[in-house]
Amino acid sequence: MEHTPPPFFLRGPAPLVRLAFFASLSLTLLVLDARFGYAEAIRSVLALAAYPIQQAARLPVALAEGVAGYFASQAHLREENEELRARLLAFALDAQRFESAAAEASNLRRLIGAAERPERKALPAEILYSGRDPYARKVIVDRGAQHGARPGSPVVDEVGVIGQLTRAHAFVSEVTLLTDKSQAIPVQVLRNGLRAIAFGGGASGLLELRYMAANADVESGDLLVTSGIDGTYPPGLPVATVARVERDASYTFARVLAQPVAGIERGRYALLLSAGARPPAYPDDAAERKGAKTRRARKPLPDGS
Amino acid sequence: MPVRTGTLVASFVGALLLDFMPWPDVTLAPDFVALTLAFWCVRQPRRVGLATGWALGLLVDAGNGVLLGQHALAYSALAFAAIGLSRRILWFDLWGQMLHVLLLLEGAQAVALGVRLAAGAEFPGWSLAAGPAFATLLWPVATWVLLLPQRRPALLDEHRPL
Repeated sequence: MEHTPPPFFLRGPAPLVRLAFFASLSLTLLVLDARFGYAEAIRSVLALAAYPIQQAARLPVALAEGVAGYFASQAHLREENEELRARLLAFALDAQRFESAAAEASNLRRLIGAAERPERKALPAEILYSGRDPYARKVIVDRGAQHGARPGSPVVDEVGVIGQLTRAHAFVSEVTLLTDKSQAIPVQVLRNGLRAIAFGGGASGLLELRYMAANADVESGDLLVTSGIDGTYPPGLPVATVARVERDASYTFARVLAQPVAGIERGRYALLLSAGARPPAYPDDAAERKGAKTRRARKPLPDGS
Repeated sequence: MPVRTGTLVASFVGALLLDFMPWPDVTLAPDFVALTLAFWCVRQPRRVGLATGWALGLLVDAGNGVLLGQHALAYSALAFAAIGLSRRILWFDLWGQMLHVLLLLEGAQAVALGVRLAAGAEFPGWSLAAGPAFATLLWPVATWVLLLPQRRPALLDEHRPL
């Protein structure tokens, strides 16, 4: 005779079975997200669900800021107004010079037959808060896919580059700061045009130029600007100043640390630049050479060429 | 007096609100969702469990823009451990309970840390252990606030002293 417990004692599957079920579900999601990036659809739906709660959570802070702004003193406002006016004049002068210089550069480029540089659209955005993830350096800005923000576009402030837009939700987007460990930006030493790649230094708040030869011509105080060779960042934007160069004969590479010029941890407003035009695809001759080396029969191309 | 579903939902929404507030230093901020989840898993192990924890974890993951599944895994493990300890914890006084809760929350944080390190993030420093410690200090507050709807006023009747 079989004994089944009365329904009063039924508690569903054993806790360990449940844990195994949910843990495997989580791990599957983790692998899908981290390795293959397949989880973006689920993420966007969930982010949309979390959005009203996030907005409501920001409300008290926004309210406090609003009240504080209301009681800002007249003298302070007047002072700030004057300072802004002075800066506007200076920028207007720069802008006029830039207009003529850009026209001249465009003419010269046309003369030598170089590719035209497309104009980039800029979308002003406000930095809402820093991301709630101690493992990454991100900020959330108040412009999303609905406003035209696209993943991959560079983000700058009034001084220089602060990062790159890595994920666009519907109404907000995540910007990965230059100091994030997984972030890299192609730069150029302004003084001599030496190209390098700057990697984020993580918690130190510095950037690191990796793979610089021990005798590379870099000095502390050099300004690093974007080189623009990746097609993502427009060329010539200030990125960082070299803070320290350590050359050790026992290492192949010099250790170059640079301090970002933009207000990466401080600023309040940012510009989202539209991502640059995709450069023509790199001819895939490296793969072909490798194929020839291993004496693998080359597959005929589908179009018969 | 049994807990109402509305109370549960409201407490979790409140915890999410507190979690999504722009904290100046995220490593020191207590994880209110984890605390609330641990509380209800201890008090109501038959109503709140791993499924709740997993769903909340996914919401937190998406809202914070971290790896999808990181908090889901941590909260499932937290719910499992809390339910396992639920018959034990309530026998202790407040200090004993807080000691258990500290272990639970630090364990959940350690699970999240393990996931991120496995995914290639750098170790953000030992201040990571401070968040759960602060959350543990809030356990008495959570006990008082979350049980408020279930408390009824003492019936004062002149004619029936008992």
